[in-house]
Amino acid sequence: MKIGYYPGCSLTGGSKEYHESVTALAGAFDIELVQVPDWNCCGSTAAHNLNKTLSLSLPARILALAEKNGISEIVVPCAACYNRLTMTQRELNHDKNLRSEISELLGMPLSGKTEIFNIIQFIQKYISPSLPEKISKPFEFKVACYYGCLLVRPQKEVLFDRPEDPRSMDDIAAAAGAVSVEWPFKTECCGAGLTMSKTDTVARLSGKIVLEAVERQAEAIVVACPMCQSNLDMRRPEINKVTGRKLDIPVIYITQLLGLAVGLSKKELGLQRHFVPFRLEPKAANTSAEKREEVKANNLTEA
Amino acid sequence: MHDHNSLSASVFRNTGVQVSKCYQCGKCSAGCPLSVEMDLPPSQVMRYLQTELAEDEEKVLRSHSIWLCLSCEMCLSRCPMEIDIPKMMDFLRQESVREKKNHPRSKKIIAFHRSFLDSIRITGRLYEVGLVADYKMRTGTLMQDVITAPGMVTRGKLGFFPEMIKGRKQMKSIFKKSIKKEGEK
Repeated sequence: MKIGYYPGCSLTGGSKEYHESVTALAGAFDIELVQVPDWNCCGSTAAHNLNKTLSLSLPARILALAEKNGISEIVVPCAACYNRLTMTQRELNHDKNLRSEISELLGMPLSGKTEIFNIIQFIQKYISPSLPEKISKPFEFKVACYYGCLLVRPQKEVLFDRPEDPRSMDDIAAAAGAVSVEWPFKTECCGAGLTMSKTDTVARLSGKIVLEAVERQAEAIVVACPMCQSNLDMRRPEINKVTGRKLDIPVIYITQLLGLAVGLSKKELGLQRHFVPFRLEPKAANTSAEKREEVKANNLTEA
Repeated sequence: MHDHNSLSASVFRNTGVQVSKCYQCGKCSAGCPLSVEMDLPPSQVMRYLQTELAEDEEKVLRSHSIWLCLSCEMCLSRCPMEIDIPKMMDFLRQESVREKKNHPRSKKIIAFHRSFLDSIRITGRLYEVGLVADYKMRTGTLMQDVITAPGMVTRGKLGFFPEMIKGRKQMKSIFKKSIKKEGEK
């Protein structure tokens, strides 16, 4: 089976392991991800902060290219790219005049019918149905699922999960054997795009999130956005300075968690590329169901 | 809306956001992750726009707040009147640059955005090494992240060459036309 794929810039550079784990996971489920040919950057925060037209035309080119190449569904693992593509499609479908203006600016037709999936939606539709039979090493650890901003907000536009206490990623992690902790910072902002220009602010915001996950006794933070991952992982020295602690909780992608559970190697999933070392060792299933119930019961008592 | 030349009227024309809907409950400022660092928390920005006084509008366009806003969308998700504050913030930032009123402390933030856009205008995709080098040149922050960079190299996170797309000519034209169109506002 083939499905369209928009990796975005982060996944070809600083967050290569996200790309590796998405493609490895898809491969394990016999799904071939086909990149939108000649895709460009979505424009990210820079474009929508400085130039409205640009912030629409850059994502619009990607959608137009997908249409031109007969791609009707695309999976967009980066939460920020997913947000830009979805918002653009909705805005242009809502305002037909604007759509023809942008289409003219691009010199490309645009019907606005491409189905855009974030990574969670992709997993729900294509991975979850056959996940139980594929699990060989259940990920039996306590995790804090961190959704960040752009997957769930603005809720009326992205139409995905609940904006305050989303559950979709927790359900997926649970299906792979994990026990997710209840915590209040699932959708707090990590500081996102200010990572270079206001590092101190990012350290403060990300520090609050990492510290809370640790205090709730999570053994790993699970994310679905490359910006969240790099702020929580790569900025750990700055975070430790701000919190005055030595926080060594790893920050992994949901695709890495699932990949481990279906028996892919750490290297195939790019886990060696994180700054905070990932040391958890999932074990082959034997006592799993019973053990899972036990961990779950303990977790509930503590909470 | 009374004054058609007011900033709030212009916000409405360009974004559809009606600042008059705000009744100052303050939920946006309470939920905003950066309001503690802001000179004007979001609810105050709303209030200053409502007065339609030139001096208040000036405070908004010259504020540090509009540049600190992360576009995290928390304010919108909690606003009982569903006012699209993030969309309005985008417009206010663009307006403050157009009128050259942007806050002195916004310089590094704007420099980062400009370096980012320059990188994709030329190659079509973001080249992180180029972005960081360009940003450092613009801001003189040469020593920042010298500790992180080697770690990125050993982890294979930094590419040594930019990825060039085929549609580079089209990218240049998209940039040119977008800049022209925004200038006409």
